Amino acid sequence: MASLLTDLKNLSNTSGVAGAEGPARQIVIDAIEDHVDDLRVDTMGNVLAIKRARGKATRRVRVMLDAHLDEIGFMIVGANGDGTLKFRAIGSVDDRILPGKVVLIGPDRIPGVIGAQPIHLKHDPHSVKGIDELAIDIGASSEEEALGAAPIGQTATFATQFRAWGGVASGKALDDRAGCAVLIEILRGPRLPTEILAAFTVQEEVGLRGARVAAYALDPEAAVAIDTTSANDLPPILDQDPGPDTRLGYGPVLHVMTRRDLSDPRLVRHFAQTGDRLKIPYQIRQPGRGGTNAGGIISARSGVPTISVSVPVRYIHSPAALIYLSDVRNAVKLVRESVAGLTPHVLKR
Amino acid sequence: MDTAALLKKLSQVNGISGHESEIAALVLDEWRPFVAETRTDKMGNAIAVRHGTDQAGRQPTRRIMLASHMDQIGLLVAGVQRGFMRVTPIGGVDPSVLPGHEVIVHGRKRDLPGLIAGIPSHLLKPGEREKVIPIDHLWIDVGLSPKQVDHLVQIGDLVSLRREVVELRGSLLAGKAFDNRASVAAVTVCLEHLQTMQHSWDVVAVATVQEEVGLLGATTAAFDLKPDVAIAIDVTYGTQHGSPDVETFALGKGPTIGVGPNMHPQMTQGLREAAQRLNLETHWEPMTGSSSTDGWAIQVAREGVPTGVVGIPLRSMHTSVETLSIKDVEHSGRLLAEFIRGLDEEFYRSLVDYHDKTKG
Repeated sequence: MASLLTDLKNLSNTSGVAGAEGPARQIVIDAIEDHVDDLRVDTMGNVLAIKRARGKATRRVRVMLDAHLDEIGFMIVGANGDGTLKFRAIGSVDDRILPGKVVLIGPDRIPGVIGAQPIHLKHDPHSVKGIDELAIDIGASSEEEALGAAPIGQTATFATQFRAWGGVASGKALDDRAGCAVLIEILRGPRLPTEILAAFTVQEEVGLRGARVAAYALDPEAAVAIDTTSANDLPPILDQDPGPDTRLGYGPVLHVMTRRDLSDPRLVRHFAQTGDRLKIPYQIRQPGRGGTNAGGIISARSGVPTISVSVPVRYIHSPAALIYLSDVRNAVKLVRESVAGLTPHVLKR
Repeated sequence: MDTAALLKKLSQVNGISGHESEIAALVLDEWRPFVAETRTDKMGNAIAVRHGTDQAGRQPTRRIMLASHMDQIGLLVAGVQRGFMRVTPIGGVDPSVLPGHEVIVHGRKRDLPGLIAGIPSHLLKPGEREKVIPIDHLWIDVGLSPKQVDHLVQIGDLVSLRREVVELRGSLLAGKAFDNRASVAAVTVCLEHLQTMQHSWDVVAVATVQEEVGLLGATTAAFDLKPDVAIAIDVTYGTQHGSPDVETFALGKGPTIGVGPNMHPQMTQGLREAAQRLNLETHWEPMTGSSSTDGWAIQVAREGVPTGVVGIPLRSMHTSVETLSIKDVEHSGRLLAEFIRGLDEEFYRSLVDYHDKTKG
């Protein structure tokens, strides 16, 4: 039975590190193929799908809805004489969260553990070990055995299993599988008066690579990057102001700007007005860090008016992030309704 | 016996120091088929007695105590702030392995899934990212509202790390609490072997409490049980990536036998001879002072107890990915059983006579 929660679970648990998005891509294709009019995979691995508009009464803007397929993770880069694997991060990973975690490597999902020296034997227990000082232990006893099981170039993800309780969910790769789930849900829903150009894009985590070519190929009149963003509703550990005060449970986040681009103010106004009119909660993210695929889409061809809409997430890029399901559902509503009302008038200067 | 299945079962049940009743029940269930009686004592130690086979008429009955601690290190809720929990460690918790870890908060009303987090790196200044986050700067997030958390959790509630046992290649398992459930499993293997062996001494297997906070359970158990000899079975440092080459022992090459002031020389010698009889590989583990095991407390119970120490090499000790070799656990169990089989009056006399012998 297809549902938002099942999608989230399957999408979170599968693997799809930037450049190796295959398993995540297949889940997306299976979920949407019966609900779109056209579907193809481009040379980079983007899933591009078209869901045509209902009727022709009022013209709407052809809109690209983007969610990135890829996740941060690791690549096997070698082996040590003791049979452990050398690895490096793909995308941005905080070294502080690595020791003592379990990973799954390659298409066969071979389990391995990132070991930690016993605290009893540590000379400097207060220093964080860099990823180049750590190793993945798969139980191999020689370099040959290790690389036979997990060859150089294979990717790995955290082994975290998705779970949900009381409106809360946790899991790995919610950045941006939560966005993928939002986009799947919109495609599975009723046909809108607006033509949707859906793009599940690759390689966001290594530089917004997939979205750039997807935007070129789809040639939209406007675009929405559906992503996730750090929620900063954290306990008062630091005296400093954490800045953009995005919170869980307050609805999807409209970015006024990201690190790389300014959301089109006409789209920000339209999305906010839609939320106000239909009583769909949303929050405005103050300017701040974080980037989305909007930065790759906005300058495609001769330029695309673009907005970033994010699901707020605590502990992004970690073994287990945390979201509220209500924020995901409200993101579906806000994007769907805003897109349904996206007439050329909205983009009039 | 399926040792891997037993290790998985023992790893999943919680028994943070001072809160061992659940793991004690499981341990005694596992030991019951091989023993005449089981009980728990005032401290919570789980005790099982297996009688020797030809003790008729002899007083007092000789007995060996096998001590493997069943408690594990853990976390405790130290405060609740806006729905987030601060934690304090029980035992030697390494804060560097906590951020990003899934946990279960054992709330007063029910268990709550949660995550351990610290300040995200994007909010830190460069330089701060290279420092391990101290435990009092970490928090637990169960995703619920402050009101719900206040209702469900109170200070003192326990927190355990969520980790299912991971099967690695080469008969290795990784999981939590293998310090010291590995040894509890080894004692179980030993008791099963004794079922088919002749041994004259009584065997008192004890799964001790509160080792991680100061060898407390072993201290009182050794007093109560007055064993003639004792062996503490505990994990020791396994060789792993980046570890020093002394003080660590390769996995899959058998248990270690402790040698040093904590161990009675005849116990050390007896264990070595038992291993030789079985053609078992073992490591010689030099211990210059305390073995940091229950054996340190047992050795000085009452008038003193001749003590031996057997170690099971373990990688990444005090993390949730403690890694061991199933083979080492099984071989430790066989070694203990063979040692027990060989116990007799001559050995008992050698415990007090050995000074003369060595002068010999």
